[in-house]
Amino acid sequence: MTNSNHHGGRSVTNLAVGLALALGALLGLFLTARTVDPVMVGHGVLFIVFCGGGIFLLIRRHYDRPPVSDTGLVYNDAVTRAGVIVSMAWGVVGFLAGLAIALQLAFPILNLDLPWTNFGRLRPVHTSAVIFAFGGNVLITTSFHVVQRTCRARLAGEIAPWFVLWGYNLFIVIAATGYVSGVTQSKEYAEPEWYADLWLTLVWVVYLLVFLGTLWRRREPHIYVANWFYLAFIVTVAMLHIVNNLAVPVSWTGTKSYTLFAGVQDALTQWWYGHNAVGFFLTAGFLGIMYYFVPKLAQRPVYSYRLSIVHFWSLIFLYIWAGPHHLHYTALPQWAQTLGMTFSIMLWMPSWGGMINGLMTLSGAWDKLRTDPVLRMLVVSVAFYGMSTFEGPVMSIRAVNSLSHYTDWTVGHVHSGALGWVAFVSFGALYALTPVLWKRQRLYSLQLVSAHFWIASIGIVLYITAMWVSGILQGLMWRAYDNLGFLEYSFVETVAAMHPFYVIRAGGGALFVVGALIMAYNLWRTIRGDLRAEALPISRPGPAMAPAE
Amino acid sequence: MIRHATIERNSILLLVLILIVVAIGGLVQITPLFYLESTIEKVQGMRPYSPLELAGRNIYVREGCYNCHSQMIRSLRDEVERYGPYSLAAESMYDHPFQWGSKRTGPDLARVGGRYSDEWHVEHMIAPRALVPESVMPGYPFLAKTPLNAAHIADDLRANRAIGVPYTDEMIAAAAADLAAQANPDADGAEDVQVRYPKAQVRDFDGNPAMVSELDAVIAYLQMLGTLVDFDLYKPEDNLR
Repeated sequence: MTNSNHHGGRSVTNLAVGLALALGALLGLFLTARTVDPVMVGHGVLFIVFCGGGIFLLIRRHYDRPPVSDTGLVYNDAVTRAGVIVSMAWGVVGFLAGLAIALQLAFPILNLDLPWTNFGRLRPVHTSAVIFAFGGNVLITTSFHVVQRTCRARLAGEIAPWFVLWGYNLFIVIAATGYVSGVTQSKEYAEPEWYADLWLTLVWVVYLLVFLGTLWRRREPHIYVANWFYLAFIVTVAMLHIVNNLAVPVSWTGTKSYTLFAGVQDALTQWWYGHNAVGFFLTAGFLGIMYYFVPKLAQRPVYSYRLSIVHFWSLIFLYIWAGPHHLHYTALPQWAQTLGMTFSIMLWMPSWGGMINGLMTLSGAWDKLRTDPVLRMLVVSVAFYGMSTFEGPVMSIRAVNSLSHYTDWTVGHVHSGALGWVAFVSFGALYALTPVLWKRQRLYSLQLVSAHFWIASIGIVLYITAMWVSGILQGLMWRAYDNLGFLEYSFVETVAAMHPFYVIRAGGGALFVVGALIMAYNLWRTIRGDLRAEALPISRPGPAMAPAE
Repeated sequence: MIRHATIERNSILLLVLILIVVAIGGLVQITPLFYLESTIEKVQGMRPYSPLELAGRNIYVREGCYNCHSQMIRSLRDEVERYGPYSLAAESMYDHPFQWGSKRTGPDLARVGGRYSDEWHVEHMIAPRALVPESVMPGYPFLAKTPLNAAHIADDLRANRAIGVPYTDEMIAAAAADLAAQANPDADGAEDVQVRYPKAQVRDFDGNPAMVSELDAVIAYLQMLGTLVDFDLYKPEDNLR
C-alpha cells in the first residue's frame, strides 16, 4: 500500500468514526433535552462530552503521522500504556470504596444519613469499581498486550482499541454515578440500568472484533492457550450480560427499567450470571493472565500442554452450571439446587488442574521466588486461587451452605478469591507490564514490591479470618436453640456480635489500600524513568553443570 | 476425533465450540423454570403491587436495601420460627426484579408486613439506633422530607404489564389516583383501591397528612410484604402432580 493511499484510507475511517461520534453527541443532546429525570440529564451530558472528546482526538490523529517501522511490525503499546494507568487508578478508587463501606459496617455513623453516602448505594460502587473498573481494565489491557505478543501481530484496528478502552470506562463512570444517585437495577454485579447495558454491549462487540481481528493477523500457526481463556471470557460475558439484563425501560428517555423475568426465573438467571461473572470475568480472564505472565517471568514453558486443554474445556463447561448453589433451600426446585451443587464440587478438579499447571510451570525455577517479588506475587495469587476454589465447592454443599449462606463467610470467601487471586495476579501483571511498555530497564523499586506484597498479604489474612469467624459465628447464633426449645438469640444480638470482626476486617482492608498506594507510587516512578538505588537481590548461581563425560 | 491442534488453528471454530459448551448448563437449568408447576403455580391471594406499594418498592431498590436484607425464608426450622412460613416461588411472581438478596446484615424482610407499627417504621427509618442501639443500619431521614415523585406511575404499571404483570386498563387509568388515595384514608376512592388491590392497606403511613412522602411509599411496601398469601389456607400438596 502506498503512503498516500494509506493516508486516504485513514481519512475515510476518521470521517466515518467522526460522523458516528457526532450522531452520538446528538443522541446525548436529545436525551438531555427530552428527559424529566435529572440523572439522565447528567448522563446525557457525559455522553456528549465523551463524543466531543472523541472527535477532538480524531482531528488530532488526522494530522499525526502513522507509525512507521522497518520490520513492518509495531505493537500498539499506547493503548495498553493508557490501560495500565486507568487500571491502577480504578484499583485505588475501588479499594478505598471498599474500606469506606467496611468502616460503615463497623461504625454506622459514617453513613452520614445522606442519600448518596449510605451503604446501600456505596456497596455497588465498591463491587463495580473493583470487579469491572479495576478487573475489567486489567483484563482489557493485558488481553491487548498478550494477544499482540503471542500472535506477533499489531492489534487490529487503530481507533477501535481506543474506543474499547474509553468506551468501557465511560460505562464505568455512568454506572458509578448512577448508583450514587440511586439508579440501579438491584441485580448484584449487574446493577447498571438498561442504557448503560446497551452501551456496554456495543463496546463489548467491538472488543470481541478487535480480539478476533488480531487473532486473524497472527503469524503463529497456533492460538496460544492464554488467548483461549481471553476468548472464552469475552464471548461468555457477552452471553451472560445480554440475557441477565433483558429489561423493559419505563420510558426511552428515563433511567428506570423493569427486568424481563420475575421471581424464581429472575433469581436463577441472576445467579447463572452472578456465579459466572466469577467464573468467566474473575477466573477465565485472569487465567489468561496466568498462562502468559507466569511462564514469561519464570522463563519456563507452561508445565503441561495436555493439562491446559483439559483445564480449559472442563472449566468452561462445568462453571456455567454452578449458579444454583446461591439458592439452596429457597423456592428454586431442589433438582436445580442439586445440579448446581454437584457441578460446583466437580469444578474443584479443573480449578486445581489449572492451579497445578500454573505452579508446576515454576519447576526448575523456584529459586526465582527469592529474587523476583513480582513472580512471588503471581505464584501466591495462584495459591490463593487454589484455596478459594477449594473453599467454594465446600460452601456449595447444601448442609454447609445452610450455615454459610446470608453470612459474612460468603463475603470472606469472595475476598480470598478477589484479593488473593484476582488482585494479586493483576498486580503481578501490571508490575511486569510497566517496564516493558515504557521500555524501562526494571521497576523503580523491587523492595517496594516486596513491601506491597507483605502488607497486602497480612491485610488479606486479617480480612478473611475475621470473616470466617464472624460468618460461622453468626450462622451458628441464628440456629442456636436454648434448652426450652426456643431460638436462643434475637437477630440484633447476632449483629452486635459482629462488631469486633468488622473492625478487624476494616483494618485488613486498610492494609490492602496502603499496599495499593505503594504500588501506584512505584509504577509512577517507573513510568517517569526513575531507578531507586537499592541492592538488587542476587540470584545465586546453581551448582555448576558438569559436562557429560 | 478432532485433534485439538485443529481447534487451536481456527479462531472461528474455537469461538463456536466455546459458545456451545457454555450454553448447555444455562439452557438445562433455567429453561424448565418457565414450565414447571412448582415454579409457575398460582397461589390464592397473590396480586400485583398497588401503585403506592410499587413506588415504595422502587425506593427500596434505589436505596440498595437488598444489599443487607433478604426476602427469601429458607425451608429451615430456625428460619421458619424466626421469620414465618418459608417463601413460595409464587410470592415473588410479580417481582421484576426479584429481591431475594444474598446477605443478611439485617434480618429477612419477606414477612415483615404487620410485624411493627407504622410509627415504629417512621422512627426506625429516621434514626435506627434510637430504637435498636446495636443496629448498623444507615438512617434514612430524607425519605420523610421528600415528596413522592409519582407523576408517571401509570407508565411504571404499563411497563410491568408489558412483561406479564396482570395490570388492567382500569388499574392503569386510576394509577395516580389510587396512589394518592392509599396514603389518605379520607380521600374519595380509598375503597376502590382495596377493590382493585385486595388486602391493600389504606392509611397515612408516615403520620404526615400534608404530603405523600417517599416514606409513605416505603412503609406501605414494607407493611404488605408477605401478607398476601393466607398460610392457613395454603396446602403445598395441591401443587403436586
